[in-house]
Amino acid sequence: MFLRTAVLAASTALLGAMAQADVKVGMITTLSGGGAGLGIDVRDGFMLAVKQAGRDDLEVVIEDDQRKPDVAVQLADKMIQSEKVDVLTGIIWSNLAMAVVPAATAQGKFYLSPNAGPSPLAGKGCHPNYFNVAWQNDNLHEAAGAYANDAGLKNSFILAPNYPAGKDALTGYKRLFGGELAGELYTKLGQTDYAAEIAQIRASGADSVYFFLPGGMGISFLKQYAASGVDLPLVGPAFSFDQGILQAVGDAAMGVKNTSQWNKDIDNAANAAFVETFQAEYGRLPSLYASQGFDTANLLFSAMDKADVADADAFRAALKAAEFDSVRGDFAFGDNHHPIQDIYVREVIKEGDLFTNKIIATGLSDHADAYAAECKM
Amino acid sequence: MTTLLFIEQLLNGLQFGVMLFLMSAGLTLVFGVMGLINLAHGSLYMIGAFAAAAVAAATGSFLLALMASLAAASLAGALIELTIIRRLYDRDHLDQVLATFALILIFSEGTRWLFGSFPLFLDVPAALSGPVTLPGGIQYPAYRLTIILVGLAVAVGMFALINRTRVGIRIRAGEADREMIAALGVDIAKLYTFVFALGAALAGFAGALVGAIQSVQVGMGEPVLILAFVVIVIGGIGSIKGAFVGALLVGLTDTLGRFLLPQMFGLILEPSAAVSVGSALASMLIYILMAVVLIFRPRGLYGVA
Repeated sequence: MFLRTAVLAASTALLGAMAQADVKVGMITTLSGGGAGLGIDVRDGFMLAVKQAGRDDLEVVIEDDQRKPDVAVQLADKMIQSEKVDVLTGIIWSNLAMAVVPAATAQGKFYLSPNAGPSPLAGKGCHPNYFNVAWQNDNLHEAAGAYANDAGLKNSFILAPNYPAGKDALTGYKRLFGGELAGELYTKLGQTDYAAEIAQIRASGADSVYFFLPGGMGISFLKQYAASGVDLPLVGPAFSFDQGILQAVGDAAMGVKNTSQWNKDIDNAANAAFVETFQAEYGRLPSLYASQGFDTANLLFSAMDKADVADADAFRAALKAAEFDSVRGDFAFGDNHHPIQDIYVREVIKEGDLFTNKIIATGLSDHADAYAAECKM
Repeated sequence: MTTLLFIEQLLNGLQFGVMLFLMSAGLTLVFGVMGLINLAHGSLYMIGAFAAAAVAAATGSFLLALMASLAAASLAGALIELTIIRRLYDRDHLDQVLATFALILIFSEGTRWLFGSFPLFLDVPAALSGPVTLPGGIQYPAYRLTIILVGLAVAVGMFALINRTRVGIRIRAGEADREMIAALGVDIAKLYTFVFALGAALAGFAGALVGAIQSVQVGMGEPVLILAFVVIVIGGIGSIKGAFVGALLVGLTDTLGRFLLPQMFGLILEPSAAVSVGSALASMLIYILMAVVLIFRPRGLYGVA
């Protein structure tokens, strides 16, 4: 009799544990090669939130996509089929997101994007299970276009890499920029030498340069631009001026205006705690990528507190509500599950020996993306 | 398009070509003399750049940094030749590709472990940081001009080494018939180590030179490695002259293609379509060049039949 009770109790306990429905998260991100700094920041931001939450109903599997779409697709298949994850996240690059996200959401998985926000996924290709916690790709560039108007720039030379986010970048800048274009260029993704482009900028008669070159591409461009003697003002999105690369660029980036949805000096309690704990944990300042990873994790936890991931409708509604303390301050999802948020203009400054950014103005308030109307869901 | 812009682009193509030559000279020697496909050549380029960045950060001297890059890369080259590459000479190319690919991964992760995942800072020396005005009023970065001159000097040095010195004779002899030269009493093992370390040093030197104007980061060597292979295939495997001509051809084709193609398409297409078609075609151009060269000269421009 005693034995039977014990077995019953044990199995009830087991059932109880199962009913709690652990959420398994698959993170596919870039941890090696040229784009590794971005993926590592997203992962570290995400895992910092995981550590702080101290949840025992969560399991995270992390894999490296090497910035290769084919690898990302294989990893996603593996995570969905053999690891049986509930939620996917982590992808940095838009070309990889386009390869992975539609297939994953079609199989009923949730995808929370901590970075890439290609326009097709915000417009016609939107999906109820796809949430972008960072921005739609065009957003920061739109703010830069608006800033360029305010700064009185009339004739911009614009360039970006030839991949989905590059196209979104130039489209975004052109959407709000009211001046003329002195030239428009697409460079190769991963290109390291910009001498040919800089020569064209010099010859173009532009009054400013707008460039979107994330990661190592931006470092190369800025150093070469500084050495070329072309001294037109630069404007860029935060991706070319994030905390991870500023130290490698050095003085060449000083004073450049760039646009971002986050900066370490945004004044709210969640952000102050995030910047402090991130520094204590990893010994470096967080970048906007880290802030996006951190927000992604906290959004997920807010949904897990309210709904069971097995109940997809309830879980989706809980994600959509976005009731978490974002380090950006106010945060809400639009109808196409992309953020409506403020975008700031920052300036690169030097604090002691360290290059970093300071917010100088709000570029766009409560800004939503331009594709929301095309989304039918 | 003005003449000035065109000349500036020619200089850019030349600078890119000279840099590719530094990278491919070692690769073509190793391939030609030892019959070895060394995928890890890009890692030696990376090692040079990281050594330079570390020394520049510690001492502040760019000259010391360049010397460190030469020392670190040749040391790493000699070390992997003695421990690993040596065992691969008699294997077929697939084994060599596998083993040297493993070396890429080991070097990349090792570097990440030592220096972290974030790019390092390496700047051009202050004396060369600005532009200079060339005859005709062209503003050109002094540092790039220096790279062109240094690269040409290295090319001349390599020609002299291969064609005018005893070591050069041995290298050429080893290329032609390695059993015979061993039978004549030349220590072929030592010669191989020397050639490998020399190639490594050149790659490391290129990494340091270029690291100052690009980003010093893990994985920086692989894109250049692919171009270097294109160069030696165009030039003819084993030929230093071929590597030089091939490097300049690739450098000029790539730079001018990126610059001229979008403009050419601009004459027949609307601007945004011209830009995307032109840039897409420009990134294929060097491979088209390689295919055309191989159709007419299957062994490359200066390859021996």
